[in-house]
Parts: sequence; structure tokens; C-alpha cells
Amino acid sequence: MTMPFYVSPEQVMKDRADYARKGIARGKSLVAMSLASGVVIIAENPSRTLNKISEIYDRIAFAGVGKYNEFEMLRIAGVRQADLKGFAFAREDVNARALANAYAQTLGQVFTHEMKPYEIEILVAQVGAEAGTDELFHILYDGTVMDKTDFTVLGGEAEDIAETLGGKFKSTMSRDSAIRLASDALSGPESKALTANQLEVAFLDRSQSRRTFVRLRGPELESALTA
Amino acid sequence: MNNSPLPFFNSGSDPGSSFSELLTRTSPNVMAVGSSATSEDFVHGTTVVAIRYNEGVVMAGDRRATAGFTIANRRIEKVFPADDFSGIAIAGAAGPAVEMVRLFQTQLEHYEKIEGESLSLDGKANQLSLLVRTNLPVAMQGLAVVPLFAGFDHRQGRGRVFSYDITGGRYEEGDFQANGSGGVHARNWIKAQWNKDLTADAATALALRSLFAAADEDAATGGPDLIRKIFPTVAVINEQGYNAVADEAVAAQAEVELGGREEGAGL
Repeated sequence: MTMPFYVSPEQVMKDRADYARKGIARGKSLVAMSLASGVVIIAENPSRTLNKISEIYDRIAFAGVGKYNEFEMLRIAGVRQADLKGFAFAREDVNARALANAYAQTLGQVFTHEMKPYEIEILVAQVGAEAGTDELFHILYDGTVMDKTDFTVLGGEAEDIAETLGGKFKSTMSRDSAIRLASDALSGPESKALTANQLEVAFLDRSQSRRTFVRLRGPELESALTA
Repeated sequence: MNNSPLPFFNSGSDPGSSFSELLTRTSPNVMAVGSSATSEDFVHGTTVVAIRYNEGVVMAGDRRATAGFTIANRRIEKVFPADDFSGIAIAGAAGPAVEMVRLFQTQLEHYEKIEGESLSLDGKANQLSLLVRTNLPVAMQGLAVVPLFAGFDHRQGRGRVFSYDITGGRYEEGDFQANGSGGVHARNWIKAQWNKDLTADAATALALRSLFAAADEDAATGGPDLIRKIFPTVAVINEQGYNAVADEAVAAQAEVELGGREEGAGL
């Protein structure tokens, strides 16, 4: 009989966390901001079909960075959860907090029990009826949940980007100037401006009564970036 | 993953982009209804129409629901948006019909969110067919639901109308269709006056006239109620999307259409 080597639990967790962080750092980052007019989410994503940002329900959006297949699986489960809940109860009973908790539990479970942790960070954003009531839940690979009210950055370079944003972000900004600010912050210190086809942008429009999720693309996004 | 609060499935049992499949997997009892009630025990919705016009489709329905010989509801709605570019109008047992509409709306939205794009109009019509067929055992007990489905088809650039039978049979109608107890009267009225150059306003007027004609002949169809200000529900679907016509606008047009009828003119 072979005896397994003893590895301290601290070491196991650290190794798993390092593994997940490395995976996440390989991908591009993403910014979400709560504004007077709604919640805007901006990601660097050259693909037009493999989305990082998508609609979960009337007032809730989902975004993920890291390994696409892993956060895509969580996105689909989230849409299912939300639609089932909305069908069984009422549309207004679907909220971001319950969904964020479910995601956090799932990620926590995977982090400790599965062969490998998920190399992803996800965002569950909900636009409120009035400005200042938005909820941004930022969930890490190990199930840690952080709730923000102003803005949050997901991905490997999150700290640098958050620092750049922190000084300039105001919740009173217009949607388009917030998009420009985020695009500058995402492009990094080399500041080679990102173009419309390198960005994926979505907006939870507070003024809409039912489905608030809108994708900004093509000419609409170009004019937002240049205005 | 088995301990997750989220609905995960292994690849053999994954419901894909179908919401009704998802519902059967997660809560099997929701889809089943069993009863041996008679038609006096439950509420029936009556007449609905869908009329193609030069830029899309107009859908309309009267507001009466009956239970046997009693009026169960004077203000029931029978025309609903299915999604942004299509609508569903229901005739038959109101309970399962309203539930079917909710399921259908969720199904279309669910597909759109999971797949990232909307179903084609034919795809939507087939989905509804599936829902009607699922209802067949209940329909055999007397709770039949026969919807009308209409929408704007962006690929063909025109409005289209579909009707169903209780077995889920799906039939595309050329230009118009009317369903429900007063459907025959409404359909005859439309048939006599329809032409391919109708505008949205003219088609709305025709829909209103056909419903009033049906109400004149059929006891289960509600006519215009000038005292309580109850008029049919009307929706216009065109390239821009589904647009429910405001009650006041319908009331104004209904009063124009009714002009002179107090003397018996027109009917």
C-alpha cells in the first residue's frame, strides 16, 4: 500500500487559487458601472458571437471573464433558474441576490470538491427602479461574493483598471462618456484606443419597463466611442 | 455539481433551449391537469380574429368570458403579445388558455436568451403547436384551447396568420382567420370586406366590425358595451413590432364604426 504524501489544506487551497487566478489572468477584463440612466457593462471581446455579457432576466444581466465554456454553463443555468422562478411566481420575484447566492454556492462547491476550480469570475448586475438602487455582484472563482454599488472590474488586470477608473468615475456620467472611460481604462497603459469591433457593450436601460437589456453594437457603439 | 442550487443537467437529460422540457424535468406536476368537469364549471373565452393588412397583421378579441349560460367576465383579455414581433389570441377554456399563453411567452423568451437569437416565425408557430398538442388529453375532457397565432415575418417581409386545432395541427391562413363561438360570423364578415390593400386603420375597423357582427349573432360573444365603456382588445403587429392599441383609441374607432347602427343600419 502506498501512503499519499501529506499536503496541508492551506497549500491545497493556495494551489487551487493560483491555478484559477492564472487562468483568469490570461483573458481580457471587463468593467461594469452603475449610472443614473442604468447599468453599463463593457468588455474587451473581439468575438461577435461568443458573448461575455448577456441577458438573464428583465432587469438582470450576466457577465463572465476567463474560460468561456465554464461561465457559459453558469449563464445557461442562471437563465433557467430565473425563467423557472418567474414562471412559477411572478416576474418581479426574480432578483439578482438569489441568483448571485446560487452562483456563489456553485463556485464554492466546485472550488473545494472538483478536480479543478473554475477559471472564471462572474458578474450579476441588476438595474433598480431608481438611480442608486442598482446591485452589482462580483463573484470570484472560489465563491467569494462582493457587492458593489458604483462600479466593479473583473479579470486579471482588475486592480490596475479599477485604479484608473476610481479617480474619474462619477455616477452622474452619461452612458456614452462612461463607455469611453471604460474603453480607455481597458486598453491599459499603452493606451492604444480600442475600436468598436474589439469591444462588447451592453446596457441595462433603467427607463425600460420590462426587458431592460440592450446590446450596443455597430454604428451605435461607434458613435458612443467617438462622441 | 449535484449540490448546486442551480438547475444543472447531465448531457443525456439536458432540456436544451426548450422551456417546457425544462419545466417537465424540474417540476413534472406543473404540466398535468386532470378533471372531469362539465362545461358549466369552467370559463370559456369566445371570439378572436386575426387579419392581414398591407404592412402586417391586426389581431382583436371580444372581452366576454362565459361559464355555461352565465357571463363569467366582461373584461377578459384574449389577445397577448407572444414576443416583440408576434401575438397570440385565445379561444376556448380560459384557464388552460391563459396558462398556455404564459408558457408560450416564456418559451420564446427562454429560447432567445439561451440561443442568443429569436426563433423564426415558423419556429414559433411550431412551438405553439407542441403546446396545443400537450394539452390534448385535457382538451378531450372538454377543456380545449384553440389559439390564433400571428406575427411579422422578417424573412418574408410580411404578416402571417396561423390557426390550430386541438390536436396541435397547425394551419397557415392566407389572409385572415377567426376562432371561437362567434368565429363563423366574424369570418364571414371579414371575407366579404377584406382586400389586400387594407391599411392598419382599415384592418382595425374591419376587425371591430366583424366582432360586433359576431356579438349580434352569438350569445357568448361580448358586443361593445357603451355604458361600461368596454371595447375589444386590439393589437397591430408590423415591422416595428407588437403594438397594443390603447383602450381610448379603440373606443373612439368603435364609436365611429357603430355610427348609425342604432337605427339598424349595417346589420
